Amino acid sequence: MIEMRLSGSGGQGLILAGIILAEAALLDGKMAIQSQSYGPEARGGASKSEVIISEKAIHYPKVTKPNLVLAMTQEAVDKYSKDLPADGILMIDTTFVKKVPDHLKNVYHLPITEKVTAELGKALFANIVALGAIVATTKAVSVESITTAILHRVPKGTEDINKRALELGIALVAK
Amino acid sequence: MAKVLLLQGNQACAEGAIAAGVTFFAGYPITPSTEIAEIMAKRLPEVGGKFIQMEDEIAGIGAIVGASLTGKKVLTATSGPGFSLKQEFIGYATIAEVPIVIANVQRVGPSTGQPTAPAQGDMMQARWGTHGDHPVIALTPASVPECFTLTIKAYELSEKYRMPVLLMLDEIIGHMREKIEIPDYDTIEKPVRKGPRVGPSEFKAYEPDSDGVPPMADFGTGYRYHVTGLVHDETGFPNGSPAATEKLLKRLHEKVERDIDKITMYEEYKLDDAEIAIVTYGGTARSAYAAIDMAREEGIKVGMFRLISVWPFPEKEIAQLAQKVKVIVVPELNYGQMVGEVKKAVEGKVPVKPMSKYDSEPISPKELLEFVKNL
Repeated sequence: MIEMRLSGSGGQGLILAGIILAEAALLDGKMAIQSQSYGPEARGGASKSEVIISEKAIHYPKVTKPNLVLAMTQEAVDKYSKDLPADGILMIDTTFVKKVPDHLKNVYHLPITEKVTAELGKALFANIVALGAIVATTKAVSVESITTAILHRVPKGTEDINKRALELGIALVAK
Repeated sequence: MAKVLLLQGNQACAEGAIAAGVTFFAGYPITPSTEIAEIMAKRLPEVGGKFIQMEDEIAGIGAIVGASLTGKKVLTATSGPGFSLKQEFIGYATIAEVPIVIANVQRVGPSTGQPTAPAQGDMMQARWGTHGDHPVIALTPASVPECFTLTIKAYELSEKYRMPVLLMLDEIIGHMREKIEIPDYDTIEKPVRKGPRVGPSEFKAYEPDSDGVPPMADFGTGYRYHVTGLVHDETGFPNGSPAATEKLLKRLHEKVERDIDKITMYEEYKLDDAEIAIVTYGGTARSAYAAIDMAREEGIKVGMFRLISVWPFPEKEIAQLAQKVKVIVVPELNYGQMVGEVKKAVEGKVPVKPMSKYDSEPISPKELLEFVKNL
């Protein structure tokens, strides 16, 4: 079982990223649950999307022992990485996150939003870049399934740019 | 062809309604139930149905009562504040015997409370929210697939007994996404309403068959009758005599009571050799499955009696459970509601321990395990 928390600010597309990750797991023939919590705002405010992937039935839908936390804002790191064990993976977007808790050993400093804006011209695809980085790091789902799941969810005409965003994310952690 | 999808509980509820043959939705969107309205707005025109966003929740339920009288299968969906507003018409549909289904996706209350956080605080409101003596059928799904199947079941029961059926979801189940296999809707048997067997001139709108349920004529098909919230006799016209009053109220209760074994639904999880029974429902049941698996690994004999139909309450089954176990734990996301019903059914035979949580977070499996270990 792998438990992941994708956190940031409302509007960064993290709920969608969580859904895509869970759908990719189903394509791999695994079980998956996605859930979220957010404030009453449509934009802004801390937001988290949680995904649990397992070979067996998943009973409790919320993450209790995260293997990975993605944090796309400083508030998200402060709020949602507290229960991450010392050996858990913290993945931060260095564009927005400046401070990381001292006890964590496994921190990926990734310039997600900065890089995607420079390469693809829009911050909009940051969530897909993050998915690339998560999949490359954890192997939670296959690259083939995440690609299919992304293409299934994104608007027509944006397939190529989303594929490039995914590849960008995979490349970010390969270095 | 069956389809494997990742859906939210709310989505599965809306799809269940479409699969059951619903062609009318009226309501007022409210978190955390909004997706049900949103999906019905998109799906109903595709199947030749109608969606209306009304001015408020009262109008939403009023409109579905009217549409049901024309023979449509109908749905409205809401959460706490809207559920309070709908109570008056729930009573009206009960006495006027109009089949309707209301989904209530529970959030923290009272009042506006915490719109995006889960709770199970409307369980007693489901039972007694509308005034007067009345039977209630309320179902609580604990998974996304069950949101689909229980929504279809809600129509079966509502059409069969001619009364409101409440789908009591909570934010956990309404908003989580998990795997569901959706069958081809053509393969799903659509609940059928019992129609009149005599012509309009002989038809008495509230004359029951031996099952206590009167056949129902659709408005607009030549059958004219009076529908009222007043106590009425077989003709549908008001009749306030003690005899007519007793007759109607007795029939309303008895049509449900006589079929209680058919209506009651529950699941037993690892209860066979259990010494401790967890009685719970909805989103909290998900914590219980996980806690029980953890406890079993430590050799603690615990199982779950999961309420699927919460109202009418399965008193007989809970009384039997009390004969088999040493203690009963009732975890719920409220200050203690269904635990009172459990105590009533157990009649002091074994201790019944409430495990109440009302801080806007679900009960974690570890918390429940600790509670069981410290009994």
